[in-house]
Amino acid sequence: MLCFTLLSLLFLFIIGVGLFVKAIPILHDKRLWVLLSSGNWKPFKGEFGFLPYILSTFYVTLIAIVIALPLALLTSIYLTEYASSRIRQWFNPVIDLLSGIPPVIYGIWGVLTIVPFISNILAPKFVDFSTGYTVLAGGIVLSVMIIPLIISIMTEVFHSIPKEMREASLSLGATKWQTIKKVVLRKSISGLIAATVLAISRAFGETIAVLMVCGNTPLVPHSLFDSCYPLPALIANNYGEMLSMPNYEAALMLAAFLLFMIIIFFNALSRFILVQIEKRYHE
Amino acid sequence: MRDPEIEIKGNNALLSETNKSMDIIVNPLIRIEGLNLYIQNNHVLKDINLTIPDKSITCIIGPSGCGKTTLLRTLNRLHDDSKEIKIEGKVFVDGVNIYDRGVEVINVRKKMGLLAQRPCPLPMSIFDNVAYGLRIHGMRRRKLVNQTVIKYLQYVGLWDEVKGRVRTPASRLSIGQQQRLCLARGLAIEPAIILGDEATSSLDPISTKKIEEMFLKLKDQYTIVLVTHTLSQAKRIADHIVFMYMGKIIETGNADQIFNYPKHKLTQDYIKGSFS
Amino acid sequence: MKKIEENIFKFLMILSASLILGVLLFILFSVLKRGLPSLSWDMITKIPSGGFYLGKEGGIVNAILGSVYLIVGAVLLSLAFSIPIVMFINFYLRKKSYLANISRFSFDILFGVPSIVYGAFGFTIMIYFGIKASLLGGMITIAMLIMPILIRSIDEVARLVPNELVEATLSLGATRYEMVKVMIRQLMPGITTAVLLAIGRGIGDAATVLFTAGYSDNIPASLSQPAASLPLAIFFQLGSPVEEVQNRAYASALILTIIILILSFSARYFSKKLSKHKV
Repeated sequence: MLCFTLLSLLFLFIIGVGLFVKAIPILHDKRLWVLLSSGNWKPFKGEFGFLPYILSTFYVTLIAIVIALPLALLTSIYLTEYASSRIRQWFNPVIDLLSGIPPVIYGIWGVLTIVPFISNILAPKFVDFSTGYTVLAGGIVLSVMIIPLIISIMTEVFHSIPKEMREASLSLGATKWQTIKKVVLRKSISGLIAATVLAISRAFGETIAVLMVCGNTPLVPHSLFDSCYPLPALIANNYGEMLSMPNYEAALMLAAFLLFMIIIFFNALSRFILVQIEKRYHE
Repeated sequence: MRDPEIEIKGNNALLSETNKSMDIIVNPLIRIEGLNLYIQNNHVLKDINLTIPDKSITCIIGPSGCGKTTLLRTLNRLHDDSKEIKIEGKVFVDGVNIYDRGVEVINVRKKMGLLAQRPCPLPMSIFDNVAYGLRIHGMRRRKLVNQTVIKYLQYVGLWDEVKGRVRTPASRLSIGQQQRLCLARGLAIEPAIILGDEATSSLDPISTKKIEEMFLKLKDQYTIVLVTHTLSQAKRIADHIVFMYMGKIIETGNADQIFNYPKHKLTQDYIKGSFS
Repeated sequence: MKKIEENIFKFLMILSASLILGVLLFILFSVLKRGLPSLSWDMITKIPSGGFYLGKEGGIVNAILGSVYLIVGAVLLSLAFSIPIVMFINFYLRKKSYLANISRFSFDILFGVPSIVYGAFGFTIMIYFGIKASLLGGMITIAMLIMPILIRSIDEVARLVPNELVEATLSLGATRYEMVKVMIRQLMPGITTAVLLAIGRGIGDAATVLFTAGYSDNIPASLSQPAASLPLAIFFQLGSPVEEVQNRAYASALILTIIILILSFSARYFSKKLSKHKV
């Protein structure tokens, strides 16, 4: 049993090392900075510029957070401070289901509804033409996927605020809303940050759902209605051809490694913040 | 020592038997009539009729679970948000039934300051804690806010201890200091009534003594209602006593009379320490 | 003034909550609408004929059974590691042991690693050991994905076992190993819930199986044959120009969704049963 535990502790390292080792060939050939900042992805020529993919991931995640955060926050406040317990009971399965739906189903939903919506109704108001397979589509689908995560963390954070604090504010004559604004939210800021960081890391890594709606064109997107090509999609789409070219596999492994490191960083950061909050609560 | 009897004036005819032994004050600030409280069909407060004398300290005592805290909280309508709690009856503060339909709960609460069992500083600086009540009720001018905050910090004896660091988080104060801060915060909105819900039970003896001294100082200007869990505290500072048991008021009267000549057997037993 | 602000926000709050509810219903409805007409007895009992991408006849039983095989294998494989690890952390180590804290922390992090990374890593391992894209490859990769989920869920219930129970068992003369066996029995409902959760996550995930399980029109007859899976069935067949193939994709989506709904409600039901016995 001890062996298993130790082994699994090392698991994290093993994954990181494994990916890195596979990525080494390409790091030998080119410097990391060039790889990260170049916009040319021409594997046949041996050029691997990761910039469009990194930027795509960034944009899609940004849109997702911008949409998800206000909605999730408002809903969490409603669920903990205003809703009756019956409504709360009904809502819990909703959140569970939303977080349990497989990404590929979100992808299908995106393809069936969001993409045509953007292509036919939304985009014509802003640009000449859009296939609908866009940054915006990716962002919308992704936002629905991360909303349950933010809600479940935030409701827990709100619940951990002692009743006395709310009562102290109310006893001074504050309204419920004033109490929420100036006391509850203020105390929850670190929890909100932790939830956002966790949501970002989830959004970064989501592969299938975004892949199905984002268009998969390796150009730096210039508007919401352009296609894009996030990093996970890059890995997923090209695994078949990896083995046929030198450095191609290494490049994809480097992409996987980068993704892994970024996500570990965000995860660890958010866990750290949450632990601090728990400690403070028990003081 | 208190006067044993004072003329009954006005409309106190509704007071029941159990109140006869209490000092009846002219135009009492707080008067409870026929109060019944149910938590999800549990009859928790049973037919409470009570008058709280002005400008004095009234301690509500009784074994744990008897409803003292619940009763205290009906005074500033803290039960409003609980959907399981149903309240019948009237609570008159300054002549107005606070449970009347038209009464705005904020105005009720502005008249009262609540000191809770565990000191609960708001998540902001020492200064902002005291200023909180002032600001939400509309005080804007910085100079006025500053003056008021300093005044009340001085009043509770905190000013000297914190004057170099009023902008630091209130959570860094010691627990005794936090409770005094909460007192200053409550006093800043200039209530008429101070409610204390076992306000010293989480404090060390020295801080407890400081808070008790504060109450003694305050009773000249404020009506103070305290729930206490220790008889010794009640003996030290109470002017009047209300003894509760299982949701009912068993006996009331001035402190001297309750402690030395309790009329009801239950009261006698409790004072002696037969149960707690 | 203050009232107006509060009312505006209250309105926004209810709007947000309704929007979220609405999206869930919308998603379920979309899947139902497209998938239901394609669902037929044939669909769930036949394999696609004429190639899954272009063949008009047949159904998706290759994907259904493929997914079932994959997840069963993955769960068994993963439990073989997860249960000992959780038992070790909870019943062999001291409560505040450094090793226990680090382990929990690292499993929390592993919990957040996206499935594509597991897929890429699994692929690397397979190449290293010479395993082709197959049922076995898929099982191993999914097992890695769901291990942190299993560990975390089982750990949560294991932590709740009161110390007195542990001590009582030990003072009856049981060895630690025997005590752990008792504990495992005690924790069965919790383990069941964890397994249901893990299945829910593993069966719907496409990125893990993309590189590692391959795809096939047929039902795998051995561990070294490639296996189709429901998520990939959707993914690969959705883009086909042939309408019947697309219908197969929608049917797969519907079946997958139904499986998830069943799993989700069962997990809820089990964890409620668990808490009924809690003191």
